[in-house]
Amino acid sequence: MDSNSLMQFAGAVASGAVRVVDLTFTLSPDFPVIVLPPEFGQAAPVRIQQISRYDANGPAWYWNNLTFGEHTGTHFDAPIHWFTGKDLPNNAVDTLPVRDMIAPACVIDCSTQAAKDADFLLTIPVVEAWEESHGRIPERHWVLLRTDWSKKGWRDYANLKDDGAHTPGPNAAVMRWLVEERGVIGFGTETIGTDAGQAGHLDPPYPAHHFLHGGGRYGLQCLCNLDQLPPTGAVIVAAPLKIQNGSGSPLRVLALVPGQG
Amino acid sequence: MIEPIQKPRRKNPLQRTQLPTSPPRARSRASHGFTRAAAEGRFMLQHCGACGTFCYPARDACPACLSADLAFTDAPRRGTLLSETTLHIPADVHFRERAPWRIGLVAMECGPTLVTHLHADCEEGGPVVMSFQLDKSGQAVAFAHPERETPNMTDDRQWREMTADPKFRRVLVTNGRSIVGQEVVAALKTAGASIVFVGVAEPWKPFRGEDALRAMEGVEIVPLDIGDEKSVADLAADVGGKVDILVNTTEHVRAGGLLDRQGTSVVRDEIDQSYLGFVHLAQAFGSSMRMRGSDGVNSAAAWVNILSVYALANWPAFGAYSASQAACLSLSHCLRAELRSGGVKVVNVFTGPLDIEWFQTVPPPKVAPRAVASAIVSALKRGLEDVFVGDVAEEIRQRLAANPKAVERELGA
Repeated sequence: MDSNSLMQFAGAVASGAVRVVDLTFTLSPDFPVIVLPPEFGQAAPVRIQQISRYDANGPAWYWNNLTFGEHTGTHFDAPIHWFTGKDLPNNAVDTLPVRDMIAPACVIDCSTQAAKDADFLLTIPVVEAWEESHGRIPERHWVLLRTDWSKKGWRDYANLKDDGAHTPGPNAAVMRWLVEERGVIGFGTETIGTDAGQAGHLDPPYPAHHFLHGGGRYGLQCLCNLDQLPPTGAVIVAAPLKIQNGSGSPLRVLALVPGQG
Repeated sequence: MIEPIQKPRRKNPLQRTQLPTSPPRARSRASHGFTRAAAEGRFMLQHCGACGTFCYPARDACPACLSADLAFTDAPRRGTLLSETTLHIPADVHFRERAPWRIGLVAMECGPTLVTHLHADCEEGGPVVMSFQLDKSGQAVAFAHPERETPNMTDDRQWREMTADPKFRRVLVTNGRSIVGQEVVAALKTAGASIVFVGVAEPWKPFRGEDALRAMEGVEIVPLDIGDEKSVADLAADVGGKVDILVNTTEHVRAGGLLDRQGTSVVRDEIDQSYLGFVHLAQAFGSSMRMRGSDGVNSAAAWVNILSVYALANWPAFGAYSASQAACLSLSHCLRAELRSGGVKVVNVFTGPLDIEWFQTVPPPKVAPRAVASAIVSALKRGLEDVFVGDVAEEIRQRLAANPKAVERELGA
């Protein structure tokens, strides 16, 4: 690619010919985080502690101290996050190849099914049906599961019952197939995890984590605005913080989509 | 006969809020024996070990035999009101604002004569029952009660100055997710609190008892995550000016000490939830409570902490938790000193292991959440500062007084 094309691209972003869609929730203390049984270690919630705000602690400046777990808010999962990816090379957010941080996406709209069934599971036939209309999922593409889950109030979003969370996600077969047969670069969801709320009862448990990270692929979760993306043709920019040996990180996820003009 | 107090009307926003003033607070070191008695709701006098004389006020030698063996001991409470005096124009600012004010002289059956504040139903020449109370300066004063219960007794104007009665007061209970929190809410409503704000963190997580809590009249669920500075500040911005009593029902109990825990995240959670949560609450709510300590019938009156008795002596089976509680205990003394100028009490309710899931494997006796709630309401109504609930807490206290080293060894055995 010559530098002209790159300048053309920058011009298209500036003009709106390429539209930039923010797929990120605001990182705030109120946003639900993954809930594990209380005897396990817990993700530190997001905390924003003011250092100064043009006051006695700093008369001309405003700034905060932040604390949060790597897996809070809209966040990225690196292969090292799961035991299946623990021995892979370059498996942490600080070492993963930067070129992987920009990749196209296929968006599979399952919002109708998810509205009817909170435990909806994405299956191979559902993806195959999508491929009938939009073509085979190319290698090194993100697959993003649109459920419109991000539009819910936070209680319904977390949807915790006395037998755990009930939120949609992929089944085990489709995850293995997406990684091994379609070579996806990663899988993204609107829900709190890449896996379904009840995925602990699947075989293997948490198949999205199991197969994605075992195959050196990535996860994105707590995405929003997937309804603004075309089924194909969007490009995802997802650059996690360069945390030393980090297993993931909150990040700003942007989608570049064809716009007007 | 006391007229029942009326639910206070809304404040006239054109009138300046009356600022708290303090009654005379100077005391001798010896007379802090009365402070201790008042804090715990005991009636103690100095008792001569040599000749058996009870004496008052506090002194360093027995007035009968000059012995220095004058320990404070629990004493009989009964006496006779010899005389009463009504002060119409006291020289002291605090009492002038509250005039007319009745005081009296009570001859105790056990010997000494006490200068005392009077309940309105005490009659000259009649029998009275005495207590020591912490007044608005936090210092101990004698208080004479009628011998028998009288109508609307707790509404007595002078008595209410000594207590933090929830009646017609507005309360913030910081954590409504726990059983203890829910019991405290119910007990406060029964005690006449006009409204109870109940904090619920992470409202997207359902919890046991939620429906019942939401259905309670005069209970308002508010978002509050005390580990989050901003959440606490936001709530204080909304309701900080109308919290008369704050009950911190935060509960974060985890077993384990130092060596059997991996890493520090659990320790950190404990500090965040207990110590830092306390700091956030104090910084957000403390100053307005202190400023409103004299704000009429529903003045700011008390801050209640529920503390593990293992704040006083580390229990290594719950060692890191004990340490977080010790930090809170220390902080409570700081808060108590800082709130004193507002006449706002800090009540520490010490408990042994509670009958909750986090003490599941601990053998009984365990303290029922309802017992904690009752103890809190009782402490507020009686104006106490240090309360020990249940057998374990009481036992630890007594053993500590006898031999702290023995307690350390035995808890760590």
